[in-house]
Amino acid sequence: MIDGKTCTGCEACISACPFNALSMKDQVAVVDEKCTFCGACVDVCPVSAITLEKDEKVGGVDTSAYKNVWVFIERERGKVANVSFELLGQGRNLADDLGCELCGMLLTDKDGSDGYIQEAISYGAQKVYVSESPLLKEYRTDPFASGAINLIRKYKPEIVLFGATTQGRDFAGTVATTLEAGLTADCTGLDIDPESKLLRQTRPAFGGNIMATILDYPQYRPQMATVRPKVFAMPARDGSRKGETIKEPLPMTEDQVRTRVLELLKGAEGVNLVDAEVIVSGGRGLGSGDNFKVLRELANALRAAIGASRAAVDAGWIPYEHQVGQTGRTVRPKIYIACGISGSIQHQAGMKTSDIIVAINKDPEAPIFKIATYGIVGDLFAVVPMLTEEFKKRLAR
Amino acid sequence: MKIVVCIKQVPETTEVKINPQTNTLMREGVASITNPFDEFALEEALLTKEKHGGEVHVLSMGPPQAIEVLKNALALGADKVYLLSDAAFAGADTLATAYTLAKTIEKIGGVDLVICGKQAIDGDTAQVGPGIATRLGIPQLTYVAKVREIDPAKKKIVVERMLENGREVVESSLPAVITVVKDINEPRLPSLLGIKKAAKATIPTWTAKEIGVDENRVGLKGSPTWVWKIFSPEARGGGEVLKGELTEVVPLLVNKLMDLKLIK
Repeated sequence: MIDGKTCTGCEACISACPFNALSMKDQVAVVDEKCTFCGACVDVCPVSAITLEKDEKVGGVDTSAYKNVWVFIERERGKVANVSFELLGQGRNLADDLGCELCGMLLTDKDGSDGYIQEAISYGAQKVYVSESPLLKEYRTDPFASGAINLIRKYKPEIVLFGATTQGRDFAGTVATTLEAGLTADCTGLDIDPESKLLRQTRPAFGGNIMATILDYPQYRPQMATVRPKVFAMPARDGSRKGETIKEPLPMTEDQVRTRVLELLKGAEGVNLVDAEVIVSGGRGLGSGDNFKVLRELANALRAAIGASRAAVDAGWIPYEHQVGQTGRTVRPKIYIACGISGSIQHQAGMKTSDIIVAINKDPEAPIFKIATYGIVGDLFAVVPMLTEEFKKRLAR
Repeated sequence: MKIVVCIKQVPETTEVKINPQTNTLMREGVASITNPFDEFALEEALLTKEKHGGEVHVLSMGPPQAIEVLKNALALGADKVYLLSDAAFAGADTLATAYTLAKTIEKIGGVDLVICGKQAIDGDTAQVGPGIATRLGIPQLTYVAKVREIDPAKKKIVVERMLENGREVVESSLPAVITVVKDINEPRLPSLLGIKKAAKATIPTWTAKEIGVDENRVGLKGSPTWVWKIFSPEARGGGEVLKGELTEVVPLLVNKLMDLKLIK
């Protein structure tokens, strides 16, 4: 709200607004719908003419009933997904800061359930809340959302974290919408605000050009977030840890599930770019689909996955599943080797948080060199085979 | 088939940066475009209409200038477009946005299929599609890379969803919400006739009142989350370009990478 009588028309707020939401009308500042209520204008207004009406909210819950940090324990081909362990690691820090317990939330059929529970405990969960049902054998939105909603409603966690995987990003939205809770997508940073004790959720926006820290309003619980894989370190495993298991039946029957999985199609080249520690990626410089074999040889030597730029995918040289970048996948390997990729901002949006970036390109001016840890200016068809041979020698492969 | 497509006008995000002096977003001269994933969503709707008949309705929530993306949708062949614009929508997070879009879809009525892009390239949340499905009480199919079959009579759809490690073929009842990835089709270009028609069209604007939303559930009031602060990511400095003969630099690079002990 801008008080038109107090406003002196100094325009200080206009240049301070990150979102161009303020303009001058009849010599006083007015705000339009681009406003995100970030408060930047409030801070700069010399006459305190601007106020935020943040407390006028009707939603929310009795927050004192909500405690503990929960991590969704995702299953992936008979194992717990690494991202769930990473979240238990960071969840431990959050729980310590809040002085509460760290818990797992497991949705599964009976098969292997005890093993998943023990793994969650070994990586730090003090309690594991479990819904066990044949309906939860394979991932489907309806039973997973139902199980999570039921557990959260009953046991009221303060924070619920999911891996930002296709599973987590699919049903976390359903859960949050049903609970009318806040959900922050694809976080790369999580910590507790020392004063308010709220969860600070930091995430990239605008293709990674900007970082934003998101807070939930104090009257909403649980605070939910999906978190990118490989952001937080794997915690130490301690198989001797003991924990408590709380089981609840799934409040759903098969006839209430509206989707059916008919078939699973194996991935192109059976690789998982999101999990890969090393990625060898090719772009326009490859010149043809056949030439990807040069990269495949290097990838085989390094046990790496194959990535591609949009140019290579659009040219039909390699399936879309391999595309890294804004309209493809976001990856975060330990080592990303970009071969014949110029490194457009769109490509960088999908890979620039890789630990080590290696660039091989003929053009010394290619933007990829600006973000590469190591670069070689040269013809990839000369460089890559030499690299393959050298690695094979060193790794005795 | 009555199909609704939700599209968003986004800044060409690659151009958006933070002014280090003022710590504000610099958007001057940054072009606004249709979110790329939404172009695939609209194309899929048009293809579905061509195959099964029906109509394509396109919604966009945003400031008045978002009519540009709706005009583009008209030029491409959308039957009806609606701009959802109201000061009450300001400050909406994904929960409030999904609520507003779902209420609009209910108002349109009789919708068989809702198609959204996987995510918008400015916020990158991928949360609005599932939010709409939940609000409407209909199933969702996210990350759809291919629509295999739609049977309007049996109210059934079969799609391929793109996962981390392959694809999953899923059948769902209709109505449903699908969110699509780039691989699903190749968007057409607008025809000259379409562009002319769109230029002349008046785009209806629906406000909170016209949609009939609960004003406590839209915009800031209906949002559990807010942006506390924005900042520039840590700059990734350019590294080392290894210079010299390949017979020297290749082993040097291999040494450096082996020393990291990351390759197993």
